[in-house]
Amino acid sequence: MSEDSLTLRTYERARTRVLDSIAEVGRIALLVGDTFRNLVRGVSAFRLVVDQMHMIGVQSLLLVVIVSLFTGAVAAVQAAYQFSTVVPLKYIGSVILRSVIIELGPVLTALIVGGRVGAAIAAELGTMRVTEQVDALESMAINPVRYLVVPRVVAAIVMLPMLTILANTIAVFGGWVVAVTSIGVSSHTYVLGLKQFFFMKDLWSGLIKAVFFGGIIGWMGCYYGFRTEGGAEGVGIATTRAVVASCVLVLISDYVLANVLFRFIFAE
Amino acid sequence: MIRIRGLKKKLGEKQVLDGVDLEIPQGRTVVVMGRSGTGKSVLLKHIMGLMHPDEGAIEVDDTNIVGLRENDLNEVRKRFGFLFQGAALFDSMTVGENVGLMLREHTRMTDDEIAARVDERLEWVGMKGIEEMKPASLSGGMRKRVGLARAIAMDPDYILYDEPTTGLDPIMSDVINRLIRSLQERIGITSIVVTHDMSSAFHVGDELAMLHEGKIVFTGTPDEARSTSDRFVRQFIEGSSEGPIQPL
Repeated sequence: MSEDSLTLRTYERARTRVLDSIAEVGRIALLVGDTFRNLVRGVSAFRLVVDQMHMIGVQSLLLVVIVSLFTGAVAAVQAAYQFSTVVPLKYIGSVILRSVIIELGPVLTALIVGGRVGAAIAAELGTMRVTEQVDALESMAINPVRYLVVPRVVAAIVMLPMLTILANTIAVFGGWVVAVTSIGVSSHTYVLGLKQFFFMKDLWSGLIKAVFFGGIIGWMGCYYGFRTEGGAEGVGIATTRAVVASCVLVLISDYVLANVLFRFIFAE
Repeated sequence: MIRIRGLKKKLGEKQVLDGVDLEIPQGRTVVVMGRSGTGKSVLLKHIMGLMHPDEGAIEVDDTNIVGLRENDLNEVRKRFGFLFQGAALFDSMTVGENVGLMLREHTRMTDDEIAARVDERLEWVGMKGIEEMKPASLSGGMRKRVGLARAIAMDPDYILYDEPTTGLDPIMSDVINRLIRSLQERIGITSIVVTHDMSSAFHVGDELAMLHEGKIVFTGTPDEARSTSDRFVRQFIEGSSEGPIQPL
C-alpha cells in the first residue's frame, strides 16, 4: 500500500470518527430536549418515578455507605501522613470535611452510582429495545421518552444529592474513627476542626455537582440503552458504553463545574 | 381501509422495500408472505409509524400517516393493535398490567373497569386467571396469546400480526390461527398478518400477498394462490429450493 493511500485512509477514518462523535452529541442533545418536553407528563406518572428512586437510591445505599466509610478513613490516614511535621493535627477534621463535601463525596458517589445504575439502566432499556418492547410502547401510542427516560433521569437527579449527603456524613464519620483510634486526635479536636472551616457554600457546591452528575448518569444509561442493536452482545456493548461515558462525563463536568462554582458563583 | 402506495425503504445498502403497493380492505385479513429477511416486518413497522419510509404513502382511512406529527400519529396508533413476533411483553409488569396498559394510559376507565376488560380479553384468548403472573414465567404460546389480548384491549379497528406462529409447535400454531380467525368473526377487525408459515397463511387469510425483493409480486385469494401459475408463489407454497427465488 502506498504512503499516500495510507494517509488518505487514515484521514477518512479520522473524519468519519469525528463526524460520528458530533452526530452522537447531537443525538444526546435531542434526547435531553425530548426529556424536558415530556417532563410534566412523565413526572405525573409518579409511581414510575418512585420505582426508579427506589432502584437508583435505596438499592445503592449499602454500596455508598461502604465506599464512603473507607474514603473518609483513607482521607484521615493521608491527611495525617501529609500533615506530619508541617500542619497541626487539629486541622484534620476540617481537611477531611472540606475535601469530602466539595469533591470526594459527590464525585465518588457519582462514579459508584454511575457504574451500578448506569449499567442497570442501559441493560434494561437495551434489552427492551432488542426484544421490541420499546417499539411496543410506541405502537401503543405511549412515548418511550416520557415513559422510560423521564422517570429514570428525574429519579437520578433527585437521588444523587441525597446519596451524596449520606456519603458525606459517612465519610466524615469514617475519618473520625481513624483519627480517634489510630492517629491520636481527640473527638473534641476533630469536631472543632469540622466546625472551624465549615462553609455552607462548600456543601452547596457539592450538591449542585451531584444534581448534574445524576442527570449525566440517567441520560447516558437511557441513551445507550435506546441505541442498542443486535442481541445480548449489543446489550453488553451498550452497558459498557453507558458506564464509561457516565464516568468520563462526571469527571469532565466536575472540572467545568468546579471552575463555574468557585470562580463565579461562590467567588469571594 | 389501509392503502399503501409506492413504499420505499433502504436500510444501509439494501433496498428493503422497493415500491410496495397494497390495499387492505375493511374487515378483511390480508396475509403478507415472503421469505425471512424480505422486509415483511419492516412493512408492518411502517404501517404503525415505527419506521419512516424514504418514499411513498400509507393511507389509513384516507389519512396519509407518513410525515404526521407525533400527536396525530398517536391518535392513529390508538386504533391499531400489534402482535409482535416475540410478543414484546413488558418484563417488569404482570400479565394484567401488560394487557391493561393502553387502557390506563389512554382512557378514563376506573381500575375496576380496566380489571374487567383485562379479564374479558384474557378469557377471549384462553388465558383467564393469569393476571398476576409475570411474562418470564409464560411459555412461548402463552406469551403470544397474552400479546394478542394486549393488542385487542382497546377494541382496535386494525390489528397487525408479525409472524404470529413462528417458534410455536403445530398445535399451538393452530390455536393462534383459530384465535386470529375468531377475532375477525367476532369483532370484524381488519388484519394484516405477516408470515412465512403457509399453513397459517391459508388458514387465516382472506387474501394473500407475496413480497419478494421489495415488491408485492402477487395478490389473490388462497384458492387463487393454490392454483396460480406464478413461479414465485408456486415455489414458495411448495417450499422448494429450486425456482426463481434463490436460496440466500
